[in-house]
Amino acid sequence: MTDPLLEVRNLRVAYPSAHGYSDALRGISFTLGREKLGIVGESGSGKSTAGRAIMRLLPPKARVTADALRLSGFDLLGASERQMRDIRGGRIAMILQDPRYALNPLKTVGAQIMESYRIHIKGSRAEARDRMLAMLEDVRIRDPQRVTGLYPHELSGGMGQRVMIAMMLIPSPKLVIADEPTSALDVTVRGQILDVLNERVEAQGAGLILISHDLPLVSDFCDRVLVMYGGQIMEELAAHDLSQASHPYTIALNASLPPLDHAVDELIVPEYDPTWLTEATE
Amino acid sequence: MTDTPVMQPRGSLREWLRAPTASSPRQARAQAVWRGWQRLITNRAAFAGLIVLLILVTLAVVGPWLTPYSVMGQDLSVRLQPPSAQHLLGTDDLGRDILTRILYGARITLMMAALVAVIAGPIGLAVGATAGYLGGWFDIVAMRLVDVFLSFPSLILALAFVAALGPGIENAVIAISLSAWPPIARLARAEALTVRKSDYIAAARLQGASPMRLIMKHVMPICLPSVVVRVTLNMAGIILTAAGLGFLGLGAQPPSPEWGAMLASGRQFMLTSWWLAATPGAAIMLVSLSFNLLGDGLRDVLDPRND
Amino acid sequence: MTTPSLEIVSLSVAFGHGRASVQAVDKASFRVARGEAFGIIGESGSGKSTILRAITGLHDGYDGDVLINGNPAPRPRNRDFFKTVQMVFQDPYSSLHPRRMIRATLMEPLEIYRLDRREARIAQVLLDVGLAPEFAYRYPHQLSGGQRQRVAVARALLLEPEILLLDEPTSALDVSVQAGVLNVLNALRRARGLSYVMVSHDLRVVAHMCSRIAVMTQGRIVEELTVEDLRAQRATQPYTRTLIAASRAAVTAD
Ligand SMILES: Nc1ncnc2c1ncn2[C@@H]1O[C@H](COP(=O)(O)OP(=O)(O)OP(=O)(O)O)[C@@H](O)[C@H]1O
Ligand SMILES: Nc1ncnc2c1ncn2[C@@H]1O[C@H](COP(=O)(O)OP(=O)(O)OP(=O)(O)O)[C@@H](O)[C@H]1O
Ligand SMILES: [Mg+2]
Ligand SMILES: [Mg+2]
Repeated sequence: MTDPLLEVRNLRVAYPSAHGYSDALRGISFTLGREKLGIVGESGSGKSTAGRAIMRLLPPKARVTADALRLSGFDLLGASERQMRDIRGGRIAMILQDPRYALNPLKTVGAQIMESYRIHIKGSRAEARDRMLAMLEDVRIRDPQRVTGLYPHELSGGMGQRVMIAMMLIPSPKLVIADEPTSALDVTVRGQILDVLNERVEAQGAGLILISHDLPLVSDFCDRVLVMYGGQIMEELAAHDLSQASHPYTIALNASLPPLDHAVDELIVPEYDPTWLTEATE
Repeated sequence: MTDTPVMQPRGSLREWLRAPTASSPRQARAQAVWRGWQRLITNRAAFAGLIVLLILVTLAVVGPWLTPYSVMGQDLSVRLQPPSAQHLLGTDDLGRDILTRILYGARITLMMAALVAVIAGPIGLAVGATAGYLGGWFDIVAMRLVDVFLSFPSLILALAFVAALGPGIENAVIAISLSAWPPIARLARAEALTVRKSDYIAAARLQGASPMRLIMKHVMPICLPSVVVRVTLNMAGIILTAAGLGFLGLGAQPPSPEWGAMLASGRQFMLTSWWLAATPGAAIMLVSLSFNLLGDGLRDVLDPRND
Repeated sequence: MTTPSLEIVSLSVAFGHGRASVQAVDKASFRVARGEAFGIIGESGSGKSTILRAITGLHDGYDGDVLINGNPAPRPRNRDFFKTVQMVFQDPYSSLHPRRMIRATLMEPLEIYRLDRREARIAQVLLDVGLAPEFAYRYPHQLSGGQRQRVAVARALLLEPEILLLDEPTSALDVSVQAGVLNVLNALRRARGLSYVMVSHDLRVVAHMCSRIAVMTQGRIVEELTVEDLRAQRATQPYTRTLIAASRAAVTAD
């Protein structure tokens, strides 16, 4: 049997806190083939932490252990920082949750995308420029010529997210981790962007992990879904079964959406387990 | 739907400090200091640097009471004695006890370094943060000035100032400060540039904050950690520059026990009596090294996000 | 007719020069009555945030008029203006100073305006947005996204403004946390008669909060609907129609 694209077995992450370490991930395991995997779960349940752990992007003081963390059989946990630099952005790309924060505020958007291309592909400047413009057009940026000359603070919220997506997809990675890639976009553009993502992933035979709190979107777009809670995987479902999910969080989420066709006075706020707050403060 | 953090019962001081959430301004501040302290002591190198510096400062303060000799008292009968039980670090060409002079010299050297840090740090921070935040002509003028200063090696620059002001410790301090602030301003400006367009600065403007307040209360705290780290790391350079000036006869004047001046006068006996030059040299190195170690660790300590 | 709380007349904002220039907002006009919530929806990059930033004076180079209670807003904006108009930013991750304790952030406007009873005001405003007083002693990185956004709302409320500009106040949040923040905003508006201008890309949020809604594409306000029009799908513009259709599809999918 061939190796799966990504294998995660018993991954644990603990962040240092005022009194010792506190767990953010408590032993999660999953494998990923050339497919689209969704991760949903409440705020603070460890979704971003899982993505960052795979990229080895956690703060140095975080404690990471796993029985296995492999990309096509290659041990990510034992890799040197040098090897990781090649892998990050090259073979695995992560679209971060807060794009405008993640971009360099002092460089134009165009320069940053071209840099990401040339580090991993080694083409000429002109080639990089053409690819960059094509990529920006793919993510439905109007007037890419102008946008390449803008600095991150001059982008609108949604443009920032799309620039980040363009930057991450341009070196043709084998695994894409997208952390809330479309939260600032309206449904119409969101659909188009996800189509682009889908196209890319299928054309390259890559794998995709989509982290989101938007259940309809995940159930539409992904093949499989993991539901996380408190650093653990609560259930794993085929995406189209998501509406029949049994976890209280999943049910609560559906209930608290404002309805479109009639007015309500007050929205339903799900009651939380008090434990989640104690965790959040660590 | 009130979010209530889980409270811990009040207990000892330790528990009060370790409580996951504070419940008064005093506790919050105490906790912040305590956590910084925790971060510092878990960083071994930085902690070692701090301890060495504390010992040195203590020695500099109480030093004169520890030794039976006087700094200036010459005794030509014990000239150029190697280290012995009587004179732990030997004596110099005028028969003065070197350990005594090193202890007195620590006062001068540490005082100079501290003065320079206190003068150059705030000036660099203020100029850099203002230039980075305001931009425009202020930025252009300030940065051209910095460029001019940076195009000379700092010792040469300090030399030029001392030459103009005349030799002496006070003038050496002023001269070194003048050559030490530009790199700090550069650094502070770079940090300020990254935040000037950020939403939290815009939000503060919408609260009616004046530019002065924005620079002092919002931009400077962002620049501060790297400036503090930089100044601490620069301490080594400052001490060496001070020593260099002393060595060239432009800083502290003999018979003052300043380390650089001691090193300079010990130089002529280097081949016959190595301890004259080696001991002040070692002292300079020790202080520089501890400042370096401390500076490295401070970056972690100063960032509340590193909890 | 009574004077509207906020009115913008033919507001235009352009960025850049020459070939790289862009008309981010093009002759936009609308009025918001006292106690009303007015929504702005539109494509990403259509100039929604820019309108709000021009109203607050963060983008000062605009053409057209911004009228507050019938009077033109001063240029540059002064402290009186900020006492009347406050804004909550799009992104809760970047709108709180990372190195200042929440208390310091909330204390700031009180110090600037030399208000009294500072501790009591902070405790009250935190209570208003549903946070326990202990949250004042945390740093932003110790809060979840929803808690940060509520702090941002609290900061905007401290000066007791009449007009609150909300830029995507919930887009970074979990739907359940979003419900909490929206409830808080609605309760405050009713209790204090505040006027809101609320930008969002989420039709459901706008429909829940606002009574009238402007639709923007490429810097222009192309139509203005009431919430009943929106619910009954009486939109004329193609963009609005597709947006409504897509939002409905997403609802019925689950
Ligand atoms: N650098 C850090 N130091 C300490 N704790 C952290 C750090 N980063 C995250 N945490 C904590 O780890 C837990 C998981 O955080 P994570 O960012 O993975 O959540 P998430 O599922 O992505 O939530 P969201 O939907 O809000 O983005 C949270 O309780 C958080 O407070
Ligand atoms: N400071 C600036 N300099 C140059 N161009 C800018 C600046 N701020 C905004 N723009 C441009 O103005 C246009 C409108 O931006 P704006 O932020 O108002 O969009 P938006 O409607 O809020 O979009 P989103 O929903 O994605 O947040 C964009 O094309 C953006 O690039
Ligand atoms: Mg996250
Ligand atoms: Mg916007």
